[in-house]
Amino acid sequence: MNKPKLVVVGTSAGGLRALERILGHIPSAFPLPIVAVQHRSKESTDAYPAVVGATTRLLVQEAEDGEPLLPGRVYVGPPDYHVLVEPGRIVLSTDDPVNFSRPSIDVLFESAADAYGAGLVAVLLTGANADGARGLKRVKEAGGIAIVQDPHTAESPEMPAAGIAGAPVDMILPLGAIADEIVRRSAL
Amino acid sequence: MKRVATPMTTKTHKSGEFVRSGSVPDASPADGAGEPPEDRLGVFAGVSPLERLEIDLLLEAVFRHTGNDFRGYAFSSLRRRLKKRLEGEGLRTFSGLQDLVLHDDAAMGRLLRDMSVSVTGMFRDPSFFLAFRTKVVPILRTYPFFRIWHAGCSTGEEVYATAILLEEEGLLDRARLYATDMSADAIERAKSGIFPIARMREYTANYLHAGGQRSFSEYYTAHYDAALFDPRLRRNVLFAQHNLATDTSFSEFNVVLCRNVLIYFSKPLKERVLGLFEESLAALGLLCLGRRESLRFTSAEHAYEEFDAKERIYRRRR
Repeated sequence: MNKPKLVVVGTSAGGLRALERILGHIPSAFPLPIVAVQHRSKESTDAYPAVVGATTRLLVQEAEDGEPLLPGRVYVGPPDYHVLVEPGRIVLSTDDPVNFSRPSIDVLFESAADAYGAGLVAVLLTGANADGARGLKRVKEAGGIAIVQDPHTAESPEMPAAGIAGAPVDMILPLGAIADEIVRRSAL
Repeated sequence: MKRVATPMTTKTHKSGEFVRSGSVPDASPADGAGEPPEDRLGVFAGVSPLERLEIDLLLEAVFRHTGNDFRGYAFSSLRRRLKKRLEGEGLRTFSGLQDLVLHDDAAMGRLLRDMSVSVTGMFRDPSFFLAFRTKVVPILRTYPFFRIWHAGCSTGEEVYATAILLEEEGLLDRARLYATDMSADAIERAKSGIFPIARMREYTANYLHAGGQRSFSEYYTAHYDAALFDPRLRRNVLFAQHNLATDTSFSEFNVVLCRNVLIYFSKPLKERVLGLFEESLAALGLLCLGRRESLRFTSAEHAYEEFDAKERIYRRRR
């Protein structure tokens, strides 16, 4: 079994609460970097990383181009940029929106699958569209782990439901159990 | 420094055409292109070695056949663009795509367009242009004459935005704007000053947030679905084809704007281009990057001081 090296998280509507809930349950000594993308408007506030960071002991920062990925850090996608991952670092792009979204979850997941293959854990949470489904499929093809929030427990079930319909996901879990599962896998 | 002093590429091409093999010789390969792929791109655990080989060969073929060098591009966004083209052509492998583009000029044109034309807009990040107006303009005002380089200007929207800003500040006649891009197609569109009318509402809002002083509609006339910008705005603009990956510095500038261009380059190519900017900037000249770009992870960091940290404006040290 491949040891996970990176966690990526995608979410949309209802995502802030879901992210807070998960990140709040991850210990500060978490050994992997986490890259999280939530659909945000272009005019989204600069305070977003601080808001996400308020309920977690992990250091949350807005992703910057070329930034090295460090363990125990959470990198959130800036508004109006796609976030891509390369081995050990972040790359941004201003290419056209995907699924009407920039950042797009598919773009993050697909690039992370390319870069990390079987060393990737991808988590798809609440959302009101199907972004992320194609990315999750790619994650599975590259040998990574796909975890999806149980649509019945999601504020908006469409996104996790589309993820489950599109790929042989590994686990479908309620929000409260996702953090534990990520921590458990990171310790493998 | 192994740069050769070659003049800026000023050949113009008809829309959609590309530089042919015959005009390649003066193009030196991007720094880092000679390194083994592993060092250049890092190990991508989810991409098969065969696909990596196919992509490397495709980029090599495109470079040797057309002079357009994408070998130093960031692999993640490069692969994404290539994949999109692959799907667009209904093909399964990059070898197949290579076969197609080498024997079909129109297909090569489509590939080059997908690879090189970037999305841009007018007054994108209004707070940047506001900072330019309130902090950079007072410096420019002290010069009798100044030069600005829009490096990688794509279809030119930001050039027009800057020209509008300088016009309103009474400085356009003291300025020379050099607007360059690798894509002949993009430069042609930039020269035309014609942009989709559908985006004018967004641009108007941006313009106002950026401290615009007039009515934005004064600057263009609507013609069906097109907005034709006042040709007087480009009276001091020089549009030219120039490739950051292969061409050299060509003048000395007081300001270099290169926003959201370096994000597409791998680290070695990024370093090369930053070296080019360092050579091209006058002492205390300003370098403007995109909102989420920085010099932090590059060797150019120490050549600059932060002029406006939030808006990513850097000032070259003496």
